[in-house]
Amino acid sequence: MTATKKDPVLVILQLTGANDYLNTIVPYTNPLYWDARPKVNIPQELVLPIDDELAFRSEVESFKAIYDQGNMAIIHGVGFANSPRSHFRAMDIWHTCEPDTIGVDGWVAKVIRDLDPAGENVLKGVNFGQGLPRAMAMRGVPVTSVNNLATYGVFSSVRSLTTEQERTQLLDSFARMYAPAIGTGPTMEYLGQTGLDALKGADVIKLAPERYSSTIEYANNAIAKALKDVAQVHLAGLGTQVFYTSHGPFDTHFDQSGSHAKLWIEISEALESFFSDLREHDASDNVVVMLFSEFGRRVKDNGTGTDHGAAGVAFAIGDAVKGGMYGQYPSLKPEDLSQGDLAPNYDFRGFYASLVDQWMGLDPVPIVGGQFEQMAFV
Amino acid sequence: MPNREEILLMAHLMRRAGFGEPRWDLDARAEKGYEAVVEELLHPEEQPAIDDELMYRIFPGYEGAAGPPINQADWVFRMVNTKRPLEEKMALFWHQMFATGNSKVDNPPEMTRQIAMFREFGLGNYRDLLVELAKSPAMIFWLDNHGNHDGAINENWGRELLELFSLGVGNYSEDDIQNAARAFTGWSIAPKIPRNPLGRFFWKFDYKPEDHDEGEKTFLGHTGNLNGEDIMGIIVDQPASPRFLARHLYRFFVADEPSVPSWNTTPPTDPQAIEMLVEAYSESQGDIRSILRVLFNSDFFKNSQFGRVKSPAELIVGTVRMAGSHEGFRPGYNNLALECGWQGQELLNPPSVEGWHTGAAWIDAGALMRRVNFAAGVLGDTSLPGVKSMIRRVRSFGAVSPQQMVAACLDCMGPLNVSDATLRELLTHAIKGGELSWDSEASSKESEAKIGKILTLIAASRDYQFA
Repeated sequence: MTATKKDPVLVILQLTGANDYLNTIVPYTNPLYWDARPKVNIPQELVLPIDDELAFRSEVESFKAIYDQGNMAIIHGVGFANSPRSHFRAMDIWHTCEPDTIGVDGWVAKVIRDLDPAGENVLKGVNFGQGLPRAMAMRGVPVTSVNNLATYGVFSSVRSLTTEQERTQLLDSFARMYAPAIGTGPTMEYLGQTGLDALKGADVIKLAPERYSSTIEYANNAIAKALKDVAQVHLAGLGTQVFYTSHGPFDTHFDQSGSHAKLWIEISEALESFFSDLREHDASDNVVVMLFSEFGRRVKDNGTGTDHGAAGVAFAIGDAVKGGMYGQYPSLKPEDLSQGDLAPNYDFRGFYASLVDQWMGLDPVPIVGGQFEQMAFV
Repeated sequence: MPNREEILLMAHLMRRAGFGEPRWDLDARAEKGYEAVVEELLHPEEQPAIDDELMYRIFPGYEGAAGPPINQADWVFRMVNTKRPLEEKMALFWHQMFATGNSKVDNPPEMTRQIAMFREFGLGNYRDLLVELAKSPAMIFWLDNHGNHDGAINENWGRELLELFSLGVGNYSEDDIQNAARAFTGWSIAPKIPRNPLGRFFWKFDYKPEDHDEGEKTFLGHTGNLNGEDIMGIIVDQPASPRFLARHLYRFFVADEPSVPSWNTTPPTDPQAIEMLVEAYSESQGDIRSILRVLFNSDFFKNSQFGRVKSPAELIVGTVRMAGSHEGFRPGYNNLALECGWQGQELLNPPSVEGWHTGAAWIDAGALMRRVNFAAGVLGDTSLPGVKSMIRRVRSFGAVSPQQMVAACLDCMGPLNVSDATLRELLTHAIKGGELSWDSEASSKESEAKIGKILTLIAASRDYQFA
């Protein structure tokens, strides 16, 4: 499996709940920003300028440091036409690349299918979280979804099993109960194969925490834990090329200032730990992390928070990324807004296609559902 | 005393027409006789309903909630605790057949109201149900009929109504779709003031006569100034209609079949069964209760035991009903609702207008691990009341030898028929554990643990995945 160690790896970090673009990349010298955001703004003393126009918030120093090192692409104005203000619908569109119809197959699942057409490695795509995001769901594409790497496996939640020996005995029985049996019918046979696949996946993935050692101490929060799990599986060289995880909730209708800052501080620190960890093991050069959210938030604040908007900001981070700004920050002029929201000027499928084509080396057309303008950030 | 075959059959009926029944309640039901129990199931109105006011108290805000989990939890509560199992199972059936998804509707209380409509009309006349469906605000929004105007039609609802909800491809023309859409112009929605000021606005069905196309339309050979009700009346009289419904019923209640889009090329596995259901439809003029009576009393249904892969909702609800872990008002329903989604069946949010892909399509490595861990985790928990009852029952059978213990455990969990491979492994495991003994407190504890392990293994078996 070491032969696949330098295959390109994509880590997808979903910011669930609609991240506020304006307070993530702050147009701090634009008077229209201050007019629209009398309450929910990043105060002048807290901005960390990138240039004369745009700034990060000062709490995310390590995030800014990645940018300064030239390892972060900021992709402006990402979204799609007729952006629905519904979280569920918008997330569905991001997951399936189907803005006009109700799509079923996930774009990430198609990436995994094209990386491993025979479905030989159940760890080719790994999600960290509960259940599978629709982006990774497609019939016939085996993927693994891990809630907690330390306890992942068959019978992990059976409380009455008090010793590891008891669990091992039951696992042995499980393997024999799921062993191929002639003449039981196709569904039984399929169940048997799938059960053994699940056992195998769990067996292989548990090597990751066993093999892992690092001087990096991650913070104790959900995204730090998830990225540490990603690092462990990546460093174990199990052939995983797509990781998926999410963080949130970014749905900051009320009392945004504190909660939005906290989420971004967590992400900023977790990414710093993650990349330090990979560099310590000389395993960072083939990893790109992408961040997206289903849409941005309304330009005008609502007093304590912000409501659902349209255009958002996406990021690509990694040693292989050509750092800088890509695309145009959408205009804040009232006449340019779309129902009070920043108008998207870059189709999200172009962002995906850039990564799929230029980073993963796959044909993006069948994956994102057509030809979309790519950007050369990787 | 009913014999084993009668008990097996009763367990089968209760799994399929409801969400399963604990073993100790099956004797009394089987005593009544199979047909009498079918009749009881077909008349839910004779049993008490779940009190909506009480639901509002237990799940405060579920009526107006912006996020779906609390509405999903409300439904799972009803599945677990209903005294009207077939009414609830039919609500799930119609939700699968007339799949409407919160991913677009984004209004969980309206989704909940659609399910309540299925409870109310789900066992009545098919035409009445279709008319109610066309008036369901969640459906109107899901298929854009509020954007279907006189002179500027949106055919989404008209198309899916014919293609996925009633006739199937090959039984209508593109013109029929256009004319059906015209007949449903003006069938729209309007907001209502919500009870919960922070929640979603309810919608109400709003017929706008000024936006209805009053022109002449031709639909499936009928010409006139047709309105939506007329369309439904014409649909239910098409020969394709009962056939389409019969295939749905067969797939949901009898055996795994491919999904709708392949029906015009793949014939039914059991054409005679479909014929029987079609005949029941014709004789009763589309009375769903009458069709189900024929279905449940048929040999093809009785002979279909353990032939269908359980849906996540069936697996989860059936398991907690058996374990007695969620009776009545207690915390944990949110987790059960989320678990349905994690296993691939997010209630109120099927993946598309085609509904969920069922049968073996429920199963992938991730979903199977969740199913196994969930069922084994619940049924292996010897502190739960239902599991305690199973242990008492095994003990009361006088089971001592490993063979007796395995047989008694399989009886408690169904009764469940398992494959030779599973049985062999259960016995191997039981023999390693040795005989049961209840002589002292210590040996009783040990025996309980041994039974718990066997229950865990049965819950993890391939056989348990089938209903």
